[in-house]
Amino acid sequence: MIQTHQLCLNYGSSQILKDINLTFKESGVTSIIGPNGAGKSSLLSLVCRLQKPSSGSVTLHGSNILQLDNAKLAKQLAILRQENHIVSRLTVEDLVCFGRFPYHQGRPSAADFEQINWAIELMELEEFKQRYINELSGGQRQRAYIAMVLAQQTDYLFLDEPLNNLDMKHSVNIMKTLRKAASEMKKSVILVMHDINFAASYSDEIIAMKHGEIIHQDTPENIMTNEVLSNIYDMPLKVEQIHGKSVCLYYL
Amino acid sequence: MHKYIYAALPLVIALAIISLLVGNHSLQFNAESWDILMISRIPRTLALILAGVSLSVAGVIMQQLARNKFVEPSTTGTVESATFGMLMMLIFFPEASVFYKLLVACISSVIGTALFLLILRKVPLRSGYVVPLIGIMYAGVIGAIITFVAYRAELLQSIWVWVQGDFSMILRGRYELLWLAGGLSLIAYFTADKLTLAGLGKQVSINLGLNYTLVFVWGLVVVSLITGVTVVNSGVIPFLGLVVPNIISLLVGDNLRRSLPLIAISGAGLVLLCDILARVINYPYEIPIATVMGIIGSVIFLYLLLREDSHAN
Amino acid sequence: MQTNRLLLTPKMRLLIAAALALLTITLFMSFNVKASWEFTLMFRGKKLLTFLIVAFCISTATLLFQSMSNNRIITPAIMGFDALYMLIQTSLVFTLGAIQYAALNNYFKWAIEISILVVASSFLFQWLFIKKQFNLYLLILIGVVFGVLFRSFSSLMMRMIDPTEFGVLQDSLFASFNAADSYLLTISGVVVCLISGFIFRYHHQFDVMALGKPIATNLGINHADLTRASIVIITVLIGLSTSLVGPVTFFGLLVVNVAYIVCGTHLHRYLIPMSILTAIICLVGSDVLLQHVLHYNTKLSIIIEFIGGVFFLGLILRKKI
Repeated sequence: MIQTHQLCLNYGSSQILKDINLTFKESGVTSIIGPNGAGKSSLLSLVCRLQKPSSGSVTLHGSNILQLDNAKLAKQLAILRQENHIVSRLTVEDLVCFGRFPYHQGRPSAADFEQINWAIELMELEEFKQRYINELSGGQRQRAYIAMVLAQQTDYLFLDEPLNNLDMKHSVNIMKTLRKAASEMKKSVILVMHDINFAASYSDEIIAMKHGEIIHQDTPENIMTNEVLSNIYDMPLKVEQIHGKSVCLYYL
Repeated sequence: MHKYIYAALPLVIALAIISLLVGNHSLQFNAESWDILMISRIPRTLALILAGVSLSVAGVIMQQLARNKFVEPSTTGTVESATFGMLMMLIFFPEASVFYKLLVACISSVIGTALFLLILRKVPLRSGYVVPLIGIMYAGVIGAIITFVAYRAELLQSIWVWVQGDFSMILRGRYELLWLAGGLSLIAYFTADKLTLAGLGKQVSINLGLNYTLVFVWGLVVVSLITGVTVVNSGVIPFLGLVVPNIISLLVGDNLRRSLPLIAISGAGLVLLCDILARVINYPYEIPIATVMGIIGSVIFLYLLLREDSHAN
Repeated sequence: MQTNRLLLTPKMRLLIAAALALLTITLFMSFNVKASWEFTLMFRGKKLLTFLIVAFCISTATLLFQSMSNNRIITPAIMGFDALYMLIQTSLVFTLGAIQYAALNNYFKWAIEISILVVASSFLFQWLFIKKQFNLYLLILIGVVFGVLFRSFSSLMMRMIDPTEFGVLQDSLFASFNAADSYLLTISGVVVCLISGFIFRYHHQFDVMALGKPIATNLGINHADLTRASIVIITVLIGLSTSLVGPVTFFGLLVVNVAYIVCGTHLHRYLIPMSILTAIICLVGSDVLLQHVLHYNTKLSIIIEFIGGVFFLGLILRKKI
């Protein structure tokens, strides 16, 4: 169980995150939604020890993550950030192989390669295995990054806008894969999502953020109402029922 | 990867043999030739190979640390910082042994390089071309300080001649420090995975459980030590650490576990080739290898820049 | 800025700068005179003339170059112009042989060197500025690397020249008014007059060119032609200044950027004289300061190189381009 305690982040005088108290469950899909600049990405960075909070702490099973051994932590939680600026010329296989680094420390075994191939297949990247990532399209590269963190095989998986650059087919495929990982392999998947309909259809829980604070933490059914959504995004939104599911046609 | 090594290795060996045979004295089977071979020719060829290997390796490590393809010790102020250390020793402790000169040169190049990397942190990743530009100007500023101090101490001529790569004075007993640089390159190979990972950036490294700071400092130390040793011993060969890793990267990518051996071999090959050219172009006079490499290196650098640009569009 | 403009018009600022320049020149000529007046006037007069011409060349060339390429950070020297000039001189000595080279008529020699330089740089910089649209940083980087290439070639050829012939080359590379090179004086006079005339005639067009290619074209300027003309002018000016004092990398960058700040206008009518005056004040003033006040035996160029390098770094890091 990952918990945050009075987590705060300031840049100079501007407050990015204010007193965040959250609990991430040990399994299931959680989506974090909210308008731009709400602090979603910063929250993920803090929870995954990529950044140090101004005050407050994050604990994994009760112990502060900043005091845990970083190498061991890499087997328990993985994060994929929104921007991945990689200049190295690495093949897709190289990149995914680095996802297994916490286990093999540079000497991948046959078991590691099993995991690598599994992740590559899952992301439908077999034909691009030997291609350099800087020569792939944006969507293919995004899938390669996701394959990398999938291969990391952690209990907690944090993905910041994983559907960036992806077409409809691959977006659905990835959401289904993540859903399956959460249900069958009992993993905890935490996503920052832009599309509330994707978030509502695949999540067990939705966390809504605004101005650096948590304003809602609830089931999709309770979040997908006119009042709640309009309040989160500061615009009039209407939720409709289509095929028994709540859908918000925000683009109309 | 193996096919490239099988192609490169015989070539480099052939170059090494040619390098042994080129010189004013044509070798015969007698004692005099044997002496020349043992005292001058073999040390020189070994020194060339060691410098080629280690400077190329230092270049590629620098590229991982700066996360930029167009940097190497001579475009990041590393060389100039080591030179500055040397100059201080020449002024204040001219009697000090080579070891102490080396030590001070290395410490000063660690500081200078760390300062460059600190400056880089202040620069947002606007464009990959800004980083080498800042590095070259930073090196120029340190160079101006060196010139200023050296001019006042009347060491201007000797300090720049010392730093410019020149292997014509290499004799047995005067190059052995370079083995240190070669050894460092070998140790660096055993940490290739960690260095590659550090090249993916701090956040990716931390996510994968790497002790980023430790690897960063280790890379910094390796680069600075190699640069320090070559500055003190044989002088630096410009652009070598830039062009060799870039060309190898085009062939086999940037996974250092795979590419580092090829980078090392090709670096040695290129240096041997340049040195042979430097010796035969104006035979029987020699041209400093740094001059030859300056021409070849800048042409390849221009090619790489234009290639990158046409790919980006 | 608005209040500044009310306080001092550009014309008044120019007048103040001119007065300052006159003051430094007077100081330079009269400070601490020990020898006879006649000798001092001759000796310092020649030096002063060098300073004035170099100030004119470098500041005008840099200003036009920046207007042409629509930014405030690159200068001809950073792009390797003077390295190219040195390379051409060296290759002339190399191909002709030092004896032949020394026997050439001075005017003819200079004309040949400058024409080769104009042709070579026209090709190179037309490609860089007209044919291709490089990202600014890439453009600078390419220029810097070209500079390294030219310098390496020069030093290769210098090594291959016979050491005795090398002396001849060194003399011609670092000619100055102190030597009996009165021909350079004549050339400088002609060049300065011609270029001043051209700029006087066309200064409005340079104002428009500085707005960038799309706007300039829209306003009816033939940008490509004006760029070509600018490249020729810049090349001649850099050739002249390099033959007088050798390569100076950062001086133009410093002077022109100070002029931008002090001038308070973007009009070349004011910018060009202001940067020339700034250059004169800097060159002459720092010479007085170094030689007579601080009694400091160091080269001015080393200090300029240092300050200029730091300034350039600052420009890149502060993103004020």
